[in-house]
Amino acid sequence: MKEVFTISAILEIAPQLWRGVQITVSILIAAALFAYIMSFIAGLCRLSNNFILRKLTGFYVEVFRGTSLIVQLFWLYYAIPMLFGINLGSNWWIGVIAIGLNYGAYLSEVVRSSILSVVQGQYEAATALNMSSFQRMRLIIFPQAVRMMLPEFGNYTIQILKGTSLVSLIGLTDILYYGDVMRSTSLSLSPLIYLTALVFYFILALPLIFLTRKAEKIAKKGVAS
Amino acid sequence: MNLNYWNWDTFFDALPVILQGLGITIGLTIASYLFALIFGFLWTFLRRIPNRFIYFIITWIMEFIRSTPPLVQLFFIYYALPVIPYIGISLHPFACAVLGLGIHFSTYIGEIYRSGIENVDKGQWEASTALNISTWDKWRKIILPQAIPPTIPMLGNYFIIMFKEVPLASTIGVAGIMLLARSYGAENWSYLEPLTIVGIIFLVLSYPSAVLIKKVENRFNKKFNKNQIIKDKGAMQ
Repeated sequence: MKEVFTISAILEIAPQLWRGVQITVSILIAAALFAYIMSFIAGLCRLSNNFILRKLTGFYVEVFRGTSLIVQLFWLYYAIPMLFGINLGSNWWIGVIAIGLNYGAYLSEVVRSSILSVVQGQYEAATALNMSSFQRMRLIIFPQAVRMMLPEFGNYTIQILKGTSLVSLIGLTDILYYGDVMRSTSLSLSPLIYLTALVFYFILALPLIFLTRKAEKIAKKGVAS
Repeated sequence: MNLNYWNWDTFFDALPVILQGLGITIGLTIASYLFALIFGFLWTFLRRIPNRFIYFIITWIMEFIRSTPPLVQLFFIYYALPVIPYIGISLHPFACAVLGLGIHFSTYIGEIYRSGIENVDKGQWEASTALNISTWDKWRKIILPQAIPPTIPMLGNYFIIMFKEVPLASTIGVAGIMLLARSYGAENWSYLEPLTIVGIIFLVLSYPSAVLIKKVENRFNKKFNKNQIIKDKGAMQ
């Protein structure tokens, strides 16, 4: 039992978990990109003048924010093939789509509220300068709103990293999956296995943490108050 | 779109089975939320110890807990805690989930308390020192009554967030609605209806509470902004 916390045990565990890093990182990147795209589409649609478009995206956002990621993941995994008779491709895609749609819904609220929080005077000034509504959005509102969004996008990217651990439940071979495989063969090592897995996730999160802090500085720079 | 697979008989057959787990799901939410509310204070006060080293360590421990997946933390508590030599204790899955989710979210709650405390006007601290109020009374009667109420909407949000994280506990065998739905699906070879029921339950419970909290938040904002204006006027005189 004394060998449970030794360097040699860590040297045995780390390479095993390392095999899962590729899946975790690829899902993180793909799901984050998907979520960013969804957030801008949904965020802008909710501000549109079209009633149907607004209600439809509102429905999407409330459904995905109102239920949890694990429910959505299992639903996509079990129910979509049954309901529509289609296959989403692979479990990798199911993971990416579930995480992307879930956090896209959360981020769309960030996009929406940031655009709404650009002061009214900016809209009025752009109108006074005879800009079209597209020009107004692209040149005046958006550049100011994006800066405000950055810290929240950083925070949610860390949330997405945490969310990727769920894909081990649908059989994807990520860090946690290899951790579980190791635990099932050597239970006495399990404290070290999960600790190493947590450290792996933390190392992946560190760049995101620093980027978020930087984003907070950028968002604050040059803003009165 | 092929809806032939949707079976209302299965739906109404599964509904009472799954609803049996609702008590556990809500109970776990409340228990882990209370745990997080209490544990959050611990983080906040540990960080206030006037020692840069302790501050640094606590800050990074909080950052570590916050930015690593709660699922892995749950597995650590459930699988690994019992086999740690000497201190190993094996807990009931429900207790594991309370501990895991509670600790994970206490780091967020602690951050909310901190922001509330930092927003208390500096004059209040100075005044309580000037009036020779003891540290205990200062916190209990002056600082916390002003620091906590403005954070209530944010704290309420975390209740809903935690409610949505509770199905994670199905992975370590807490028999909430998620686990019952999955076992029903495994027994009857139909996951579609039970998982849809779980989704509907979450939606039905979390959407109205989110709307309610939004309302509370608006009221609070009005109230505290009014105070802000009064204070500013006072400053001008």
